[in-house]
Parts: sequence; C-alpha cells; structure tokens
Amino acid sequence: MLSGIELAQAQQLLALVKRKLPGHLSIMEVCGTHTTAISKYGLRPLLEPLRLLSGPGCPVCVTTAGDIDRMIDLAGAGAIVATFGDLLRVPGSKSSLEQALAEGADVRIVYSPLDALKIAADNPQCPVVFLGVGFETTAPAMALAVRQAREKGLANFFLYSCLKTVIPALHALLAAPHGLDGLLLPGHVSSIIGRQAQDFVASVYGMPAAVVGFSERDILLGIAAVVRMIEEGKPKVINAYPRVVKEEGNLLAQKLLSEVFNTAAAEWRGFGVIPMSGLALKPEFAGHDAALQFNLPHNSVPQEQEACRCGDVLRGAIIPTECALFAGRCLPLTPLGPCMVSSEGACAAYYRYDRKKGAAPA
Amino acid sequence: MKRVLLAHGDGGLYAAALIKDLFLRHFRHAELVRLGDAALLSPLNGRLAVTTDSFVVQPPFFPGGDIGKLSVCGTVNDLVAGGAQPLFLTVSFILEEGLLLDELETVVVSLADTARSCGVEVVAGDTKVVPRGQADKLYITTTGIGRADERLLLGAEHVRPGDAVILSGTAGDHGIAVLSCRTGVSFQTQVVSDCAPLNGLIGAISPYFSSLRWLRDPTRGGVGATLNELAERAVLDIVLEEKSMPVRPEVRAAADLLGLDPLYLPNEGKMILVAKQEAAAEVCLALREHPLGREAEIVGRLESGTGSVWLRTVLGGTRGVEMPVGLPLPRIC
Repeated sequence: MLSGIELAQAQQLLALVKRKLPGHLSIMEVCGTHTTAISKYGLRPLLEPLRLLSGPGCPVCVTTAGDIDRMIDLAGAGAIVATFGDLLRVPGSKSSLEQALAEGADVRIVYSPLDALKIAADNPQCPVVFLGVGFETTAPAMALAVRQAREKGLANFFLYSCLKTVIPALHALLAAPHGLDGLLLPGHVSSIIGRQAQDFVASVYGMPAAVVGFSERDILLGIAAVVRMIEEGKPKVINAYPRVVKEEGNLLAQKLLSEVFNTAAAEWRGFGVIPMSGLALKPEFAGHDAALQFNLPHNSVPQEQEACRCGDVLRGAIIPTECALFAGRCLPLTPLGPCMVSSEGACAAYYRYDRKKGAAPA
Repeated sequence: MKRVLLAHGDGGLYAAALIKDLFLRHFRHAELVRLGDAALLSPLNGRLAVTTDSFVVQPPFFPGGDIGKLSVCGTVNDLVAGGAQPLFLTVSFILEEGLLLDELETVVVSLADTARSCGVEVVAGDTKVVPRGQADKLYITTTGIGRADERLLLGAEHVRPGDAVILSGTAGDHGIAVLSCRTGVSFQTQVVSDCAPLNGLIGAISPYFSSLRWLRDPTRGGVGATLNELAERAVLDIVLEEKSMPVRPEVRAAADLLGLDPLYLPNEGKMILVAKQEAAAEVCLALREHPLGREAEIVGRLESGTGSVWLRTVLGGTRGVEMPVGLPLPRIC
C-alpha cells in the first residue's frame, strides 16, 4: 500500500488526468499484472470515460489449448509435469491439467523452475517436464534451470518452452487495425529488455507509450504521461518507471537468454502464429528440450471453445464484460477461456473487482 | 528414534502403553484418567454449544504453532464465534505408521498446554493408526463443548445497516506462515502464525456484549470469504476501507509475490465482530487493551444493498471483493 507521500502524489495525478481527459480515449495496458492492479486499485471507475483495455501480456492467457493438450498427454504417459498453479485450470481442447491431476496424473505446482529441477533430482527414474510459460521476465529463471540441469547431469529434466517475447506481439498488435490511442508498456519485462528497444512503438506506429510500474502512483504517472503526449500530438516512448527500468535493460539477463534460447515462431491465443516471437532452446540444450525429445510439434491448432472471445480481449478489441459468455457460462470455477483462469487474466480481474452485482455504493 | 507402529492402534499392550506413557502424562482430567468409554460430565447451567473440526495442516509444525495448538484454537474459536464459553474438548488422532513418537509428544504437549492456557479441559480421546502412506504424519479432530452466553444475541439476521465491522488484528498471518514453510515455496519470511485461542479476548469485552450482533473467526477463505457469507445471508452490502485494513508489510510482500490477496488468506487467531455503530469505537478500544487485540481496527460498515462486499481503495475507487475461487491453498489448517 502507498505511503503518505505516494498517496498524496497519486491523488494529485488522478486529479490531473481527470482534468485533462479529452472525451473518449482508449489506452491499452499491455501487461496482465497491470490489468489486475488497475482493477484491484479500483481505478477503472475513477478514470471514466477513459477506456482502459487489456493486452496480450498475460502469459497464461496467450498459452494455446494445444500446448495444454500436449502436457496432458505427457502426464498421461507417465511423465511428471511441473508448472505454475495458474496453468492448472486453463482449458485444453478436451480437459485441463487440474482434471488430469484428479484422474491420477502426476502434475506438480511449483513456484520456480528450480523447484522442478529438484523434483527431477528426487525422481531420477521419471521424466520431469516443466511447462514454461512467461515473457522475458520469467525466461531467465528457466534458462538457469536448463543450464543447471546440464551441469548437474539431470538427463530427466525437460523444458517445454511456451516462452514468448513482447516486441513481436507489439508489432502484430499495432500493425493490424486497432482503436488504440496509447499504450502502457510492461514494467517487469522492460526491466529486462530496456526502454529503448520499444522506441518503435512511437517511431514506427506513431503511438504514445509509457513504461509503467505497478503501484497506484506508478500507473497514474504513466497514464498522465500518455494522456499528455496524446494531447500534444507528440508520440514518444517514455520511461515512467526509471527506478527499475534502464535504457538498455538488464544486459546480464539478455546475455543469459541469448546463450540458452533462439527466437522461433510461436503460437499465441488471439493472434495465431507470430514469427520470431517465441523462445526455443538452442541445439546444445536439445537433450533438455521436451518439444524435441517427446516429438511435440508446436504448430497444430486444435479447436478453441466456440464463442470464447479471449482472443478479442487479448487484442484490446473488447473488454471482458462485452463477451456474451462473461459471468454467465464462463465463470472462475468453470472457465471457458484462459482469461478467466489466470490471476493476471483480464476476465478474472473484471469478474473479481469490476463486476457489478448491484450498483456500487456511493 | 522410536516410531508409531501399527500395533499402537490395535487396542492391545502397545496401545495401552501409548495411552499411559504419552497421553495420560499430559491429559489429566479425572474423566479421562478413568479410561471409561464415555466421559460423564455434570449438567451445565444454560444452553450447550457443540462444534467439531478436523485438522490436516501440512506441514504439522510451522512458525508460531503446530497442528496440536491449531486443533485447540480452531475449535475454541468456533465456540467463541458461536457466542459460547468453551469448556471441554474431545481429541481424536489419526496417526501414520512411522511417525516419530517424539514428534507426537511435541504435538500432544502443545495441544495440552494450549488447552490449559485457555481454561479448556480435554475429557475424551481416541487414537487410530493407519499404514504408512495412508495419512501424512498425523491428523487431529477436536470436538468442543461450551456454554452459550445468554448475553450474546448473534446472527446475520440481527445485523443492520450502519453497523461497524471490526477486525481484531492483522489479516493473513497464518496463511503466509504455513505457505512459507511448504516444500516448493522458495521464499523465506519471518511471518509467524497468529494461531491463538480467542476466548480470553472476547471475554475481555463482555461489558459490550449487548452491542455485538455477529462474530466469526475468518479461517479458510479469510476475511473476504467470511464477509461475503455475512453479506449474502444478511442481504446487505459491506463496504471495507482499504486504508483501515491491518496487514503486516511482510505478509503483504509475500502475498504479492505469490499472487495472493491477504484478504483471502486464512487466520487462526482473529475475530471479525459486527457491532452497533454507536458502540464500535469503544469495542475496538477495549479489544486493543488485550494482547491478542492490539491491532484491532474498524475496517468497514454494513450498508443497505444486495449482498455484495466492496472495498474502498486508498484512492477512493470502489472495487468488488468476490468470494474466492480455487485458491491454491490446500491443507492450510
């Protein structure tokens, strides 16, 4: 929670943004952590008529049903599948890892890929597959895990990389038709890739954008900066989170990623296949690459739930409450799409914080 | 190292030795020592309150407590929330073959000490042993018997718009304390479970009993789930104030890291009290006079509405506090 000074600053920023808002603007928070934070801080109703739209930056949400299916199959074939708790309820085309777990598959929830490494060390007879989702923020921990697996000779540890990178997704988003006036860029990812790598958002697409942190004050600071740039007609990519994000990013982490991963085409829910947007293990780590060792192709696309509009939510085309399934057939306990599952999913955040059972009290 | 054997549960010599050498050394109520099939207790002056609860916490030892202490606190606090003065407990153990007898004794000592500290007598008990792998070390079921306090008239039907919601201390301590020592959770915190019997705390505010309308200990599902239940039953809205909600900074930090909200984390030594508006400030001050209520705060109010819980954020925004869905917190108590 905010300190006294930060709260005062946040209140000033809120008043400033409210004063400056020129009618209807649409600003996308690219990152799922922002989506959840904005809802949790109760900022959406405070900022109306500003329309804040969710983006593709929820790693669980952009993981495809096909990737889930492949893990369920592996778990069914006797592998231990380890992954983050958020992925358990994500629907595959027929089932979920949670369902597989209840049916007797060995699925383990871990908080770090290094925990999965320990499971591999404790179960040398059994293949342990870590289902790795995430962006540049979580990728370094997976790179470390794979490197340690090789150093320790843990031949039974495999990474199934669904890792993705943000820049190609931003290109895909902005190159297609959209109704966006500005972007809030992800603070954690930017701490790895740096601010300057995202200059193209303004220079190529003319889109004002700010790299933003996660407190109330941080988010309002970013929104204020974007609103000002829109008003002045001078799009730039500014750093509103300088206490964490550097111009060039975290060079050590970038080096680690380039040592372990190559970029590869990746399939995103809502976007389809985006070239160069995934991280695949380099050939020297092929022994730990689940996709190779278990012959799991990344490219087949099973049917997604009909009528689920997670794809539109992830592209900022609609807000969750505009999906016909939202809070009706699609509920947190019985999600039809991943945006209702993940703690960073836009639908889950709107369901939890912004859904009106009655009118909010004055 | 001596361990629990299947023979300890067979009713024969081993079982008798376990009772004599371990349980009866720590539980000394005359009815228990008599080793009859049932404890015979004198009639109580007033209505009986009865509650039962099972404890499967993993791990059984955690910062600030263990399954023994927890199994007293949980049941005592349920009686207190029911408006009763806790008097007696029965204790049932399910032990896994191979459990270290030293560990069992630690749990039994902790259970007995906690019961003694809050003036509750253990009057009956049972022990079963299951083969290794068919339980995880030990599970405990306690049943509590108490005397209803006729001065307390509690229930969702008595709650009115304008009433104040008071939380007796910080939210989420037990949840983070247990999660911090789970295997696979790779963070270290100094958070200690709040696990404590609350009959002393509530007894200390007895002058205000006529101002209380509802009590509940927010265990599983935390403050968020507990208040959703109240709002739904009373068909009233509850508006919480974020700036008044007591949460330890280290609990908030750990919860953030795990993507959890302290509002939904379990507590084992906290009470939510709904009090008449005009008495709320005094009730809160009286709670703070007791060691277990030092951080009590008025955290919200009842308002007319449809049964929703809202949180007014520090910036003045209002957001919903939903019933939690599928938190990854099995075996937290």
